[in-house]
Amino acid sequence: MNPTNYLVLSVILFSIGAAGVLVRRNALVAFMSVELMLNAANLAFVTFARMHGNLDGQIVAFFVMVVAAAEVVVGLAIIVTIFRTRRSASVDDASLLKL
Amino acid sequence: MTSTLSALATAVATEGGHGGGQAVAEATGVFDLTWLLIAFPLLGAAILLLGGRRTDKVGHLIGCGASIASFVMGVVLFAAMLGEPSDGRAFTSQLWEYVNAGGYTVDVSLLLDQLSISFVLLITGVGSLIHVYSIGYMEHDERRRRFFGYLNLFVAAMLLLVLAADYLVLFIGWEGVGLASYLLIGFWQHKNSAAVAAKKAFVVNRVGDMGMVLAMSSMVLVFGSTAFDVVFASAEGASTGWVTAIGLFLLLGACGKSAQFPLQSWLLDAMEGPTPVSALIHAATMVTAGVYLIVRSAAIYDLAPDARTAVVIVGAITLLMGAIIGCAKDDIKKALAGSTMSQIGYMTLAAGLGPAGYAFAIFHLLTHGFFKANMFLGAGSVMHGMHDEVNMRRYGGLRIAMPVTFITFAMGYLAIIGIPPFAGYFSKDKIIEAAFADNWITGLATLLGAGITAFYMTRLMLMTFFGNRRWKQSEPPHESPSVMTAPLWALAFLSVVGGFALLYFGAGIVDWLAPVTGEEHHELPMPLWLLITITLATVVAGVAVAWLMYGRRAVREDVPAGSPLTVAARNDLYGDAFNEAVFMRPGQYLTRSLVYFENRGVDGAVVGTATAFGGLSSRLRRLQTGFVRSYAVTMLGGVGVVVLAMLVVRLP
Amino acid sequence: MGEAALFWIMAPIAVLGALGLVLSRKAVHGALSLAVTMISLALFYIAQEAAFLGVVQIVVYTGAIMMLFLFVIMLVGVDSSDSRVETIRNQRAAATLAVLGVIVLLTAVTVRATLPEEPAGLTQATPDGNVAAIADLIFGTYVWAFEVVAALLITAAVGAMTLTHRERIFNRPTQKELSIKRFSEGAPGDAAGLPVPGVYARHNAVDTPALLPDGTPSEASINRVLVARGAARSTEEFRHRPTPADIEAGATETRSSVEGEGRLASDADEPAAGDDDTTGGERA
Repeated sequence: MNPTNYLVLSVILFSIGAAGVLVRRNALVAFMSVELMLNAANLAFVTFARMHGNLDGQIVAFFVMVVAAAEVVVGLAIIVTIFRTRRSASVDDASLLKL
Repeated sequence: MTSTLSALATAVATEGGHGGGQAVAEATGVFDLTWLLIAFPLLGAAILLLGGRRTDKVGHLIGCGASIASFVMGVVLFAAMLGEPSDGRAFTSQLWEYVNAGGYTVDVSLLLDQLSISFVLLITGVGSLIHVYSIGYMEHDERRRRFFGYLNLFVAAMLLLVLAADYLVLFIGWEGVGLASYLLIGFWQHKNSAAVAAKKAFVVNRVGDMGMVLAMSSMVLVFGSTAFDVVFASAEGASTGWVTAIGLFLLLGACGKSAQFPLQSWLLDAMEGPTPVSALIHAATMVTAGVYLIVRSAAIYDLAPDARTAVVIVGAITLLMGAIIGCAKDDIKKALAGSTMSQIGYMTLAAGLGPAGYAFAIFHLLTHGFFKANMFLGAGSVMHGMHDEVNMRRYGGLRIAMPVTFITFAMGYLAIIGIPPFAGYFSKDKIIEAAFADNWITGLATLLGAGITAFYMTRLMLMTFFGNRRWKQSEPPHESPSVMTAPLWALAFLSVVGGFALLYFGAGIVDWLAPVTGEEHHELPMPLWLLITITLATVVAGVAVAWLMYGRRAVREDVPAGSPLTVAARNDLYGDAFNEAVFMRPGQYLTRSLVYFENRGVDGAVVGTATAFGGLSSRLRRLQTGFVRSYAVTMLGGVGVVVLAMLVVRLP
Repeated sequence: MGEAALFWIMAPIAVLGALGLVLSRKAVHGALSLAVTMISLALFYIAQEAAFLGVVQIVVYTGAIMMLFLFVIMLVGVDSSDSRVETIRNQRAAATLAVLGVIVLLTAVTVRATLPEEPAGLTQATPDGNVAAIADLIFGTYVWAFEVVAALLITAAVGAMTLTHRERIFNRPTQKELSIKRFSEGAPGDAAGLPVPGVYARHNAVDTPALLPDGTPSEASINRVLVARGAARSTEEFRHRPTPADIEAGATETRSSVEGEGRLASDADEPAAGDDDTTGGERA
């Protein structure tokens, strides 16, 4: 099977994740969409590793996972903190960074 | 430096082509102390102005002492000068170097010669008399000390003016007298009119000062120096155009300081100052500085006939204008001020006649200093007795109440209208002679001026001292104290004998000044006796007309309507109106339009730019919604652009 | 061939999971959809000779991270659902445009790029198996990056604790203090504390009301959140049943009260309930 299919799948998943970030107001869903995008990128990495017979792609994917884990920990902590003070998990409510 | 100076002086002496050719020697002995002339009054001014209230009690004595000490010094120098040979009476003493910039050097050095010693004696002599007079006149003024301080400051600056050996140093004295004049005109600054008059004098003088500055700049450009010796020595080498330009610039300066047409307007208002100030500054000395300047610059005017013609024209116009204004004024001081303008017009006219007239200009300047100071002080005495009333229509018959003032004033009166053997006869007659010798028109102008002078002075005399008494006050006017009358006597004496003495004592003033001014004789177009007769007839006619109008008929207390000429003369021949219409209004419109342009154009551009950016940013601000998702869209768009860029760059 | 079958089966599932994440109204549904996608991705990894990553994907992502998400979703409110109305003007249009642009661009890149038709395979790169090769790289070439990422993880953990930590501004009351407070402040009847729910033979759960000694069910024993959500069992269900004669007599009455006015009806029935102690005892 042509491994390019994996890449196309990766593109599709990435785009769906991007759309999720753009249209969903729930901070948790948006966050999960980000995770989806990261996973799509990981898929591309793994595919490339196999295509070129080079293990480095897998290593990068591994590091992406670790960093994503760290990101999730901090990000969720932030969401919880915001929810605690504002009683809302909508990203639109946290729009004070404007004039 | 010293060697260059003497070398130049020798060059001047050997050349001797023009009037200013006289060997200038290095000052030695008593002449080395010339600086004391300036130092005395300057020290007096410093003590009085910096000493504060501690010197209130003795301030007037210090002021008089400083002036008299300077006078004594002047007499000593004069005596010493008489002991020198007639062609070696010019001495220069260098005090210190003032400016040394590149090739341009200015030394503070004093030049003492026949011309400057004449002025020194006039300034310190008449100045001392006026100082003494002021003790009485300003007795009840609580700021008398300050007044004397200003007077001393004036004397010091005026002496610096006439003693300077460099136009730049002269200019310092020039501005110094301007400052003193400003301070003294506005001495009673609580009166709005005095404050305004001081400001006016200051502003008008600035116009003249621009002429001085231009003249000096031209000298630096053409001659590379402003020192008298260098400028006069190299004047012949310069082009006629430049010399004429310098002459005209100097004339502008002289017009400002001497209240000559067209810068005459400030002098009449300057009468707001205390009367001794009017006598000293605005009659005897400062206003003659312009004449001094022209005579001193004889070497330049000798080479510039066109500039001399301009001087003559200015002098003639001012002579007639001042006389006409003097005829219409009811304010005694303003009438005298008009007369001063007129007499300085005589001097300017004489100075414009070249070597033939320089000496007569100075001669008339000296005698005028005597009799005009005398009359101003007399007017001050009258005002003193009349509780500061200046309107002559409220005077009348004062000769009984104030005999001393009347007699001394009469001496001055006879002197100014030119009755022999009083001082004015000799000096004015010489000018009329020289004017006729030059050409008919100037001669007739001076002759007409003499007639009008006789008219307005007789009018003044009749309205003040003769006729019905028109004053209302209960007690009759009293004679002034002797501290005021003594200077009057002295000046009256000078008014009587000054002319004769100056002309015939020793070698006479003409020969005395000849080494500085040069000498030249013209043939009169008519016999001398005929001219004298005509002149005297004109004067008598003027007196007669005045007597017919003001002596035979009672003087009215209200102001009659008068002819258009009278009305014009009362309004200073519309000089102020002219200035207002030609200079002030356009200036105002110009500044207004500039302000408008500044507000709308410059500020408009600046503010407009700011507003445009403000508007733009408030539009751009809309992009900053604060919504994370909007930013995410932008970010994704950016990612797209980056990918696109990479595609364009990397892929074929 | 086997791989192609796997791909064509699992790829649509992965895409559906992703769409489910984006389109579901409730966050918890989205999380579950995402878990599906991640499991499919793990399968893809394994199929592409990345066994280690596949396992890590399942363990770390699907296991740890998604659980974390679910916990937070519970914390925030599992029932909260988004409205689909867009509040930012032009956001949908701009998002559509941007996403389409990205799709077009990335697809163009993928399609136009010169890629090997057949994958090179990792056989050569992993002579001792996938895990050993990865270990070689991680602890060899990439050891520095590995250490840094470890530090990052620790920092993230500390950061999360710091962010969510709340400073206690008064001491937590001890049991003794609470007890004293209950007696001194509350009504004497409440002094013994609220009844514990779910003490029946049939239902031993929190949604079941306790029966008081007199046989009446106590609403106070049920968490009010459950009541508010309608997840609690009706108190009427556990009310003491009268004798058959009584049932027949009051059948119509009781039914109407069960359906309509719960509390009021139960108050009205109280004298009747007090008659029969045996049922209560039997149930306890």
